[in-house]
Formats: sequence, C-alpha cells, structure tokens
Amino acid sequence: MRTMAGGLGRRGLMAGAAAIAALGASGAAAEHPVRTRAKIVIVGAGAAGLAAASRLAQRLDGAEITLLDRRREHLYQPGFTLVAAGLKAPGYTVSATRDYVPRGATLIEEAAAEIDPVGRSVTTESGRRVPYDFLIVATGLALDYAAIEGMDVNRIGRDGLGSVYAGPEQAAATWRAMSDFADRGGTALFLRPATEMKCAGAPLKYAFITDDVLRRRGNRGRAELVYNAHNRALFSVPIVAEKVRMLYQERGIRVNHDHVLRAIDPGRRIATFRTPGGDVEQRYDFINVVPPMRAPQVVRNSPLPWQSGPFAADGWAEVDRHTLRHVRFPEVFCVGDVAGVPKGKTAASVKWQVPVAVDHLIATIQGRQSSERYNGYTSCPLITRIGRAMLVEFDYNDNLVPSFPGVIAPLEELWITWIMKEVGLKPTYLAMLRGRA
Amino acid sequence: MKELDLATLVAVFEEMLGWTLWPIVAACAVATLAFLYVVLRDRGVVAGRMLRAELLGVLGGVAAVAVMFVVTNSSPADLGGPIDWLLVVGIFAAGLVGTVIASYAAMGLFARAPERAGAALRERALGA
Ligand SMILES: Cc1cc2nc3c(=O)[nH]c(=O)nc-3n(C[C@H](O)[C@H](O)[C@H](O)COP(=O)(O)OP(=O)(O)OC[C@H]3O[C@@H](n4cnc5c(N)ncnc54)[C@H](O)[C@@H]3O)c2cc1C
Repeated sequence: MRTMAGGLGRRGLMAGAAAIAALGASGAAAEHPVRTRAKIVIVGAGAAGLAAASRLAQRLDGAEITLLDRRREHLYQPGFTLVAAGLKAPGYTVSATRDYVPRGATLIEEAAAEIDPVGRSVTTESGRRVPYDFLIVATGLALDYAAIEGMDVNRIGRDGLGSVYAGPEQAAATWRAMSDFADRGGTALFLRPATEMKCAGAPLKYAFITDDVLRRRGNRGRAELVYNAHNRALFSVPIVAEKVRMLYQERGIRVNHDHVLRAIDPGRRIATFRTPGGDVEQRYDFINVVPPMRAPQVVRNSPLPWQSGPFAADGWAEVDRHTLRHVRFPEVFCVGDVAGVPKGKTAASVKWQVPVAVDHLIATIQGRQSSERYNGYTSCPLITRIGRAMLVEFDYNDNLVPSFPGVIAPLEELWITWIMKEVGLKPTYLAMLRGRA
Repeated sequence: MKELDLATLVAVFEEMLGWTLWPIVAACAVATLAFLYVVLRDRGVVAGRMLRAELLGVLGGVAAVAVMFVVTNSSPADLGGPIDWLLVVGIFAAGLVGTVIASYAAMGLFARAPERAGAALRERALGA
C-alpha cells in the first residue's frame, strides 16, 4: 500500500485535491437539493435500500426518509465466495447497517409485515403503520431452502454438505466441507436452481474454485466434478455460456443439462434431481446446494408482483424494466434483487438501477420527466481459479457491455480481473452504499 | 462501473484504506516536497546518492510486486494476458519511483553538511 501511494506522489496529491473539489462542485450533492416534504419509505436496508437512501438524502432537502429492516448486520454478499474459498474470514462480509444510514434518514429496526400500495402505507411486524408518498421496495430475495426436500441448513459444513449462499458462517462451513473433500477426493456436485437467482455466476465459480483447490493439493485425479445445469445452457447469456462450456471441458468438469435439485438426503449423501426423463439420484462426497429463490413473502403477499408471465409464480415485483417504477402503482419503485426484470440481481446492477429509480422519483416530485434508463447492466466477475477471473458484464439484450473496452478484455482469464474482484469490489460496493460510487 | 471519475476513485480508496488514506497521501506529499527541497538545496541531483536511491528503488519495485501477489493470494503464474504484465510493470514502477524519491530525500536530509557541499562541488567540477 505504501508503494502504491508512493507512486501517487505530488501529482496524486494534486489529483486528490481536485477530486475533493469535484466532490463538492460536480457531484449530485452540490446540485441544488430539491426542497420537499415528501415521505419516502424504503423497505429493506441492504445494498439497494442503503444506496437509495444515500442518493435521496444527497438530492433532497426536507424529505422524511425512513428505512425499514430488522437485520442489524449488513452483509457484503459477493464476499461469501471468497469466504467459501478459504481466503477470507466470515467477518470480512459483515458490518453494521447503521453505519451506512445517511444523515437525514431514519432506520426502524423492524421488518415490514404488510405493504399496502393502495392505502400507501407499510405496516411493521409490531403493527406500526408507516404511511408514505413514495415507496422503494428493496427487500432483496428469499432463499427457499424448504423447497428442497430433506435439506437442513443446520447441517451445512457436515457430511459434505455445502451452501455458499446461506450466510457468512455457512460460507465458512462450506469451505471446511470442500477443503475436506479436496483432501480425499470423490464426487462433487454443483448446481443451480430453476428460478431466477442472484449472481448466476456464483454456482459456476464455486466449481472452478473446487477444481483449483483439488489441483493445488495434487488430488484432481481422485475427484470427479459434475455441474448440473437447470436447463440447456450454463448461463443465460449465450456467449458467456459457450465460454464456460469450453473452460469446463478443459478443466474436466462434467456437465448435465435439465437437472434441477428436488431432494437431498444429507445422511446418505444422495441428491435427487428432476430431469425430463424422471428423477435421477446422484451420490456425492461434496455438494454445493443453491436453493430456489423467490421474492420475500411481504412482497408476494402484496399487490406488487407480476400477475402473469414468467415472473408471476415467484412473486417478483412488476416494474418497468428501464425505470424500475411499478407499472400499476407509479409512486412505488422496486430496486435490487426483488425487481421482476430479466437481468440484474447483482450488486453491480444495483449500482446502475438506484440512480435511475431515484432520478425518476425526484422528477415526479419536481413535476418533470426523467430520461434516465436502466439497460439491464449486470456484472458477475467469474473466478476461474484462485488468482484469475473473467469480466462478465452484459445487458438486457445479451450484449457484452465491458467497462474497460480495449483495456480489460471480457471473457478472458486475467489476473487484473481477479484483483478487481478481490481488492476493488468491496470498497466500490461500500462507496455505493454511501451514494459515492 | 458507471462513472469512474475522480470523486468515485477517492471514495473507493477511502473505503479501501480507511483512515490511513490521508496519512499515506500526506506522507507521499512530504517525501516529494523533501525530495524537491534537497534537489534545490544542492542545486542539482547528486549522482552517487541518486545511484544508491535507484538501487533501493529496484528493491522497492520488487517489494511492491511481491506484496501485491501476497495480499491478493495470487502468484506470477496467474498473469494471463498483456494487461496483467502491464499492471505488474506499473506496480513495479510505482514502487521504484516512490522508493527513489523517499530514499533520495532521506539520504539528502541526513547527509552531513560538508559531505553535502563536497558532493555537489565535485559534481559540478566533474560536469564542467
Ligand atoms: C454468494 C453470492 C455471491 C455474489 N456475488 C456477486 C458478485 O460477484 N457481484 C455482484 O455484483 N453481486 C453479487 N452477489 C449479489 C448481490 O449480493 C445482490 O444482488 C445484492 O446484495 C442485492 O441487493 P438488494 O438490496 O436487492 O438485496 P440485499 O442486499 O440482500 O438486501 C435486502 C435487505 O432487505 C431486508 N429485508 C428482507 N425482507 C424484509 C422485510 N420484510 N422488511 C424489511 N426488510 C426486509 C433484508 O434483511 C436485507 O437487509 C452475490 C450474492 C451472493 C449470495
């Protein structure tokens, strides 16, 4: 770090001073704050909720901004993968929600029990009614482990049962189970659910990481790795799917298609997959369970979900894909994982969605039209081994939208991309929570 | 990443380094100012001292690259393309330049006065 800063030298300092000036001069903060007495309620103080609160607090003067979330810890979820790779302790992903609540916003440490977009109010679990003029729904999604017959979250870390998604401690327990497996060899199963999911690259990454750990321990020859894809493709973006197919072939990771995990017997280490030809049982020594994901119950029980189409069954919120504004309740915006849009569901998407939704909300207060649009930007740096990753950034049209065209090639296994994921992503994410990135 | 402007970059570095960011920036500024001071005071660069600083600089560059590999749990085997090599060169250069400036300034500041004058005079004589 010293040397890094050493390189900054005098020019770096001048740049720093310029940057501080720029913060005041050109940032959204310095545009004249919009005066309003609007009551804005944000349900969910995760990545999207906190980022939205920070942006609103910067751009509004006099608004009543209320965040609702029972969880006191803030979880930096992209770090779960690094915890499950044995590179970080669980604490790396945990901080306090309160530390990111901007001045001028209030956090109520309760879950929302009911959302009533007709009466424009939210009721908390203790029965407190919180009325709003504008509502931002940022509840993230619910992991539906119960939908997998026999699955027991408490057993993660034992008998070869892993699940990176379940939480920081479970990610660490998954590492212990995987590391055990890497010492002994056997069969490892990887999979993804048939539902929409956050960071669709995460299950793929974990197969790559397991392959790498086995090789480092000289045990790759004693292990078979199997990835069970839920449909015909390894990834929803064709060019990415092809690249992963090639890499899996190169690494000797076998792929099954149309396999969806239906049940698991953790004692006997047998996983049952639903396939077009009927149920198939697979024995395993290690498995990374990725559960089905749905909108949280409070959203599913509200009038907000899609009424028909592919997003209806799991209750994703029916928003315009370019503005994140609810199609039936114009004073409601749904951002982050809960939004029923074809791409998204990464923290990187949140970074692009929040400024768009916030600008449309403020435009409504001001009686103007906003021209901001979210193009579906989604990014999931795909770790292909410890020390290398590929940039995977795309939009609604399955086009690659590289952030550094001509400099950092997408879909290429690079060290620089690994550094971005391991060193750069967390501070960028935290700066986003504070409305500064 | 949407707008990668300077303000964003500062925000990201603040999150990465926490309270240590500005002390580090200040230390760099002090080293640079001290370097300039020493050069102005001696009316030029003292070759012998610069050579020693440059030798230390090479070590600083190597150390910078090594530290980067250690903190990122990676190794030279992970370099995958030209951009990776460029990054290594950049990190090496940053380590080198930083160490040269800091060590030259330190040696200049702590050099005894007669030695200082002598060195500068010899230089000028040699140069003439
Ligand atoms: C293993 C893993 C790896 C990932 N890797 C990456 C990656 O590499 N890059 C990337 O960009 N993204 C990644 N992600 C995805 C990223 O973490 C999420 O997309 C992002 O956190 C979504 O933000 P959100 O605000 O919608 O949801 P969250 O951050 O999950 O926050 C939702 C919040 O809502 C709260 N909440 C829920 N219900 C209620 C209620 N009824 N009332 C009040 N509050 C409620 C929750 O307590 C929570 O605090 C990864 C995720 C996982 C799990």
